[in-house]
Amino acid sequence: MDVSNDESGALSPYRILDLTEGPLSLCGKLLADFGADVIKVEKPGGDTARTIGPFYRDIPDPEKSLFWWAYNVNKRGITLNLETADGRDLFKQLVKTSDFILESYPPGHLARLGLGYDALASINPGLILASITPYGQTGPKADYPWSDLTAWASCGAAYLTGDADRPPLCMGFIPQISAQASSELMTAILIAHYEREMSGLGQHIDLSIQDSGIGLLQASVEAWDLAKLDYKRTGGSWGTSGALRRLSFECKDGYAILLQGGGGSIRMVKASESLVQWMADSNMAPDWLKKFDWENDYVTEKLSEELIARIEEPIARFLLTKTKKEIYQEGWDRGIMVAPVNDMADIAADQQLIARGFWLELEHPELGEKVTYCGPFTRMSETPLSCRRRPPLIGEHNIEIYSGEMRIPAASLTALKSAGAI
Amino acid sequence: MDMTDKKARSASPLSGIKVANFCWIAAGPLTIRYLGMWGATVVRVESHTRPDLMRLQGPYRDGVPGYNNNAWGPQVNSSSYSASINIQTPKGKELALKLIRWADVVASNFAPGQMEKWGLGYEDVKKINPEVIYYRSSQVGATGPNRTRTGSGFEAAALAGFTHVTGWPDRGPVPYIGAFTDFVSPRFGAASILAALSYRRRTGKGQEIDESQAESASYLLAPAIMDYFANGRILGRQGNAVPYASPHSFFPCVGDDSWCAIAIFSDQQWTALCRLMGEPEWSRKEQYATLLGRKQAEAEIYDLVAQWTKHKTAEEVETMLTAAEIPASVVESTAYLMEKDAHMRARGFFRPLKHSVIGEHIYRGPAFKFSRSQDCQFAGPALGEHNDYVFKTLLGMTDQEVAEGINDGGITTDADLAPMKGAF
Repeated sequence: MDVSNDESGALSPYRILDLTEGPLSLCGKLLADFGADVIKVEKPGGDTARTIGPFYRDIPDPEKSLFWWAYNVNKRGITLNLETADGRDLFKQLVKTSDFILESYPPGHLARLGLGYDALASINPGLILASITPYGQTGPKADYPWSDLTAWASCGAAYLTGDADRPPLCMGFIPQISAQASSELMTAILIAHYEREMSGLGQHIDLSIQDSGIGLLQASVEAWDLAKLDYKRTGGSWGTSGALRRLSFECKDGYAILLQGGGGSIRMVKASESLVQWMADSNMAPDWLKKFDWENDYVTEKLSEELIARIEEPIARFLLTKTKKEIYQEGWDRGIMVAPVNDMADIAADQQLIARGFWLELEHPELGEKVTYCGPFTRMSETPLSCRRRPPLIGEHNIEIYSGEMRIPAASLTALKSAGAI
Repeated sequence: MDMTDKKARSASPLSGIKVANFCWIAAGPLTIRYLGMWGATVVRVESHTRPDLMRLQGPYRDGVPGYNNNAWGPQVNSSSYSASINIQTPKGKELALKLIRWADVVASNFAPGQMEKWGLGYEDVKKINPEVIYYRSSQVGATGPNRTRTGSGFEAAALAGFTHVTGWPDRGPVPYIGAFTDFVSPRFGAASILAALSYRRRTGKGQEIDESQAESASYLLAPAIMDYFANGRILGRQGNAVPYASPHSFFPCVGDDSWCAIAIFSDQQWTALCRLMGEPEWSRKEQYATLLGRKQAEAEIYDLVAQWTKHKTAEEVETMLTAAEIPASVVESTAYLMEKDAHMRARGFFRPLKHSVIGEHIYRGPAFKFSRSQDCQFAGPALGEHNDYVFKTLLGMTDQEVAEGINDGGITTDADLAPMKGAF
């Protein structure tokens, strides 16, 4: 990823005010990578999410939250108190020169401050106001308190995740539904932006995290609609119809994913036959499995739980003799659909990510060290993504923006500070 | 074809954008789906000689397998026109190039190298359409030593770390029920195409976009990845435990497999929950008053709170807790979402659309609404359904030329379909 100040990004001409909190701040970070000037607006003292760990070197400090850094790198940062009249005036001035505002307050909060879409559009008709909330701006649950866990539950993903004999599961402690919804907001914003380039007009975007999460539900919506089949959690087995097959298998040093299949998929038939051949090469394939007809007998209509269990037993025994690396390398070379279940250390050492230069090291001068971040989420030949700055310190760009760009006299700034506006 | 579709499209935000979509299965079509849904003219290229795997997957209408009788394929390909072209024939390649010349965006998610093999790589395409935006998506990207290692979102989710962190400390990983990265990566891919379109409008320049599904999705685990680099910590499986809230889990309620999510972040929320539970003796334990104390006693607190929730319905728990400003939600099954959730009904996310073979069935609409613009989603296509519209209206071919295309095997028809072997 290009660490420079060049102005050749796909969205370099645009300015964004980012009022979002927590993982919902991801959208602004991604837009900054496209070249946009993203200004993170924090309340005096900084975002609440700065108190969430993990922390750099495990030192709990609002300036060392890796959680906050991950979602706010590449932005500039100012502090501004929208609860004060002076703060709102400053904000309105910023709105004049901004193209997008991102916000995640409870519905109606900005309007109560006199900063709703209509008020902002009267200042800047081209403004796109993008709101992201757990249930959208309207509807009976619009004002419900929420967290990523409740969003995971409300969109149907929790019900489908986990072992059948235990409660549902979320995906580790890193918010998933919020972050993916925030990345979807980026797409919404750019659709509205494309239209604005023709009409000259902005608009208000209302993204519901619950609706966004339904996009993750595989074919469960269609299964209920057409077959009145309500999918349940199955410990990670899969199958679109018929009996379920296991996905995760224990191996010598961890776990691996194996996709078994047959029927009308030529690729999967070949993959299954190759797996049996690999087992046979190690004398671990039973004779009946060597003769199994994946194309004609591994089809929905013939797949019973007994048949699947019978097939899986020797496969599981075989995979226990291989390491993750062997399964990915030799397995894949043989055309088998496999992948190692990577942990964070495996990911950091992954040769593909290293070869593509995915890891980005950014200097944090006040720490005297470099910190490693995720790099470009997409590769664009003409407008490569660029990460121009580490995450902002609290109020780091107050002077640069308020004095330098907005030309607010020093005396006024002092007064604004005393009044608690910045 | 429904003419109202076309009328709605002309007023839609992405009206006028033309997309030649060579994507298949899920990740690619779901990326392009945003464009069609918001007004772009999307031509989905597929073939009767090698049908999209999505057409081989249930659920089917009336349980009858059929290439045009399943709902999952049309869902991910909604708002696109299907043209059936066999690009492995000379005539088919000629038609593909014609479509590419017409297009603003060319998209594919085959294994890197495949489009090049067909003579449809970026270098080839640029020669006939220099301003094209050439989007490609693959499991681990189009460059690097593992570029040819393709696969589904099930494998990509394992490669990217999602599988490892999902599960209980005493058990193995629990893979997500679906091809996780197939649903996440389109959010990044569609944005890349739209950013490139915006740039092209300013400068006239097209470009190539290479998205690795494992790379874009890894942003969802970024704090855990940074924790490894900065602190050497490898995130393991922790059930539903998080460092910043407790209790934080799904609690059993009255009814079969019925649960309610509860997340307590502050001590005030804990006090409010205790009040709702009638302040039982156990809840007064001093240790439970702070987050640290509750984290240390997480398992026992889970059991105690569960004793209370299991006598209530999930809806009752959700209503009581949210009224007290505590984050809570029914753990909704898909049927619950579609049939019982009054909020979903009020928002109108699920919508019936008419498919030419299946008839009316439910589609997932956009997750976002605009104050001024409307989407123009229409049902997914049957295989080759829009050949006439695509070849004659969009590409200006004559009846004679289309007939030749069929004769030469470039345009495939139902006669080219092999009997369905059954779902995989």
